[in-house]
Amino acid sequence: MEDISLSIAPPSAGSPFQKAGATLTAFAILCSIIATFGPGKAHPLLFFFLIIGLFISGGIFYSIPYFKAKAGIKNNGIMQNALSSRGAVAWGIAILMTGFYIILYWFPYYLEGLIRTMDPLSIMLRGKISDQWFLYGAFYTLAILIMGMRFIAKYKYSRYHIIRTISVMFFQLGFAFLLPAFLLKLNQPEFYFSYFWPLKYSYLFPNDVDYLIQSGNLGVFMVFWGLVMTFIATPILTYNFGKRWYCSWVCGCGALAETLGDPYRQNSDKSLKAWKIERWMVHSVLVFIVLTTALLWLNSWKSGTILGDASGLFSQWYGFLIGAVFSGVIGTGFYPIMGSRVWCRFGCPMAAVLGLFQRFKSKFRITTNGGQCISCGNCSTYCEMGIDVRAYAQKGENIIRASCVGCGVCSSVCPRGVLNLENLAEEGRFDKYIRPEETNTDRI
Amino acid sequence: MNIVIIGNGITGITCARNIRKLNSNASITVISEETEHFFSRTALMYIYMGHMKFEHTKPYEDWFWSKNRINLIKAYVKTLNTKDKILLFDNGKSIAYDKLIIASGSKPNKFGWPGENLNGVQGLYSIQDLEEMEKNTKNISSAVLVGGGLIGIEMAEMLHSRSIKVIMFVRENLYWRNVLPQSESQLIGKHIAGHGIDLRFNIELKEIISDDRNRVAGVITNTGETIECQFVGLTAGVKPNIEFLEKNEIETERGILINECFETSIPDVYAAGDCAQFRRPKSGEPAIEQLWYTGKMQAETLAKTICGDKSDYNRGIWFNSAKFFDIEYQTYGQVLPEINDQQKSFYWEHPNGKHAFRANYNNTDESILGFNFIGIRFRQIIAEEWIRERKTIGFVIQNLKKGWFDPEFSKAFYNDISHSYLQSLKFDFMNNKTLES
Repeated sequence: MEDISLSIAPPSAGSPFQKAGATLTAFAILCSIIATFGPGKAHPLLFFFLIIGLFISGGIFYSIPYFKAKAGIKNNGIMQNALSSRGAVAWGIAILMTGFYIILYWFPYYLEGLIRTMDPLSIMLRGKISDQWFLYGAFYTLAILIMGMRFIAKYKYSRYHIIRTISVMFFQLGFAFLLPAFLLKLNQPEFYFSYFWPLKYSYLFPNDVDYLIQSGNLGVFMVFWGLVMTFIATPILTYNFGKRWYCSWVCGCGALAETLGDPYRQNSDKSLKAWKIERWMVHSVLVFIVLTTALLWLNSWKSGTILGDASGLFSQWYGFLIGAVFSGVIGTGFYPIMGSRVWCRFGCPMAAVLGLFQRFKSKFRITTNGGQCISCGNCSTYCEMGIDVRAYAQKGENIIRASCVGCGVCSSVCPRGVLNLENLAEEGRFDKYIRPEETNTDRI
Repeated sequence: MNIVIIGNGITGITCARNIRKLNSNASITVISEETEHFFSRTALMYIYMGHMKFEHTKPYEDWFWSKNRINLIKAYVKTLNTKDKILLFDNGKSIAYDKLIIASGSKPNKFGWPGENLNGVQGLYSIQDLEEMEKNTKNISSAVLVGGGLIGIEMAEMLHSRSIKVIMFVRENLYWRNVLPQSESQLIGKHIAGHGIDLRFNIELKEIISDDRNRVAGVITNTGETIECQFVGLTAGVKPNIEFLEKNEIETERGILINECFETSIPDVYAAGDCAQFRRPKSGEPAIEQLWYTGKMQAETLAKTICGDKSDYNRGIWFNSAKFFDIEYQTYGQVLPEINDQQKSFYWEHPNGKHAFRANYNNTDESILGFNFIGIRFRQIIAEEWIRERKTIGFVIQNLKKGWFDPEFSKAFYNDISHSYLQSLKFDFMNNKTLES
């Protein structure tokens, strides 16, 4: 007989590995706090290795039970676990993360000690000392790598999940962390090749464009790259693969949601009301940023004669409300309470654009396999975007929704193999499955 | 028109929804003693395992019912007066109807085993059963399940998720052998055993023994062995839940007797789903259908009849699916546990024992009869089309890719299957040659 406790026992149900992992992670946080209060400045290298080492080893220990367990769905105990079901621990983590964002954005000087621990790495990569954003980038990348490993372990039987998780880890580490740092070292503009307008809204603002073009050939290429990605690649890729090519394969926000946010995916609101709010909010943000961009260009073209400083104020407010408060504080800080994709669902203008393509002009759909749905609800429960997947599946309809990021978890957790992510012909993707027997029943 | 439906399971609710779709004026009332709102019975196991909460198992939000003017009453129907067309509830209230649909579902089978009513002995069908199971399995270490069907494997997985040791009695010599061919039975049985479930084949329950507090302490098998345990799951199938009709004139046998239009022996009273029994089942089809899918399909047809478009039930090409721990199973068409002499069968199994494929076909014209897919997802629409159009086994094997439904990037086995099929042809050919010479 095999060891029962390891095969499908709930994670966090007290496996010694996971206790060890949690302890090491707690030590890492403790070391970070200690470093913040000064010692980080005095012994940067020591604290750097302590913090990074403890985080990594904590993550490895935490993932071991997933690696050792049999392949299969690992959702046992999620609804009873305080961490994943909005219990006291979840609220604690939410407050810790929200607090970190607030200090990071508006009171970075309190983090001085911690920022200094990143100096050795920053000097090596960028040729200059660390600031709060480098610290943030390092922690962000670390979280994606560690929790990405956990995700791969959890879904080790699914090549789709393994490949797309490696993809987000690669784009975060390479394109959103190392490359921008390297560019800086070469005295080039710090450019993120994996973010585009309207998510990285400033890339098509007159100021940024002017600055990039003036910085030389590479800068011109960056502007060109941004334009191509926004206006050519985005429609083509989304037509062929759905918005997932970006949201769950490339994007850094998506990467954090898919990895660090995975334990909380079930907390997204599935109600019709939430869907209505989502549509209003996300499209309002899109309209806001399109208008802001247009105004800035108009103003720059007329040399500031139309609005004077008003458009600048517009973009400042956008940066504060959407860029900082929404995408950071609420979007990530509220993971444990509102689910992992709050920002992507309610606030991201890029997701809004991709969603419009996906809904109206794309080959992507989640196909429902005939009349096989048993309405169990696993798909809806584990949809991080709050889509009521079951509502479509039980009617034999394909799921074609603007918000779907194509993570594929609904298909994985379905106990009857009903759902499949596909890029098929555009025609007929809204067709419903009707049993032939239903259409020609014998009439009496 | 005043329509009253007894039972808010998949059959009753599908009836109510479809009647509302066809008729916006009818008054529709659904009565249930189990829950206020419809939930997915198939998801009970996931509540216990912590994958979902009860709220997640409700396929419709609570506002759905009033918006669609479907009245919900939570009460137990005590008597049914078909003469005056009135139902009496146990709370003293009553309701009149023009047309009555009985969709009262099932209850777990009990076969009069000594000790079957002890504390800690139960089946699993309703939300109340689940609540009881939650209490009965607190802090226990071992359980015995009697019957190895689909509810049995669900209960095994549930108990296993809480690290409770499970012994499962299987009457046959292999797992689910009364439904599956031998190879599939072996494969699934091995997989279940690999998860630490102790399968005991050819074993039946003789008696359940109690401790001094009227709680289960163990079981005695038909071979005389005594096994200690703190919980016994009775999972040997279900039977129609029709006790409340006992003193009624509606004709019943095992279930409520109905014709092809779901009409009972009493005018304006219909029955469908688990509780109904066809008077004249079509050949090869069971008289009582106890599946989620059939409940849904029966209800869709019945709703038409209720709304004036009198329709015969046509189940169409058989399909079903299940999951055994981590292995999914889908079946389409006719795959009997043993083929008869007019049938041939092709079977392929992956060396890792986690994927298998079977196609049964006609001996004479080689037309396809049915499929089993294990650890493989396949398109229902394609499988049904091939069976309906009597495609040959050769065509099917060549075109398997068309119906492949496994997730992107997963390793596909249609080439392996086709290779193995060609090998088997070669083998047959050689055999025939040997016989001839």
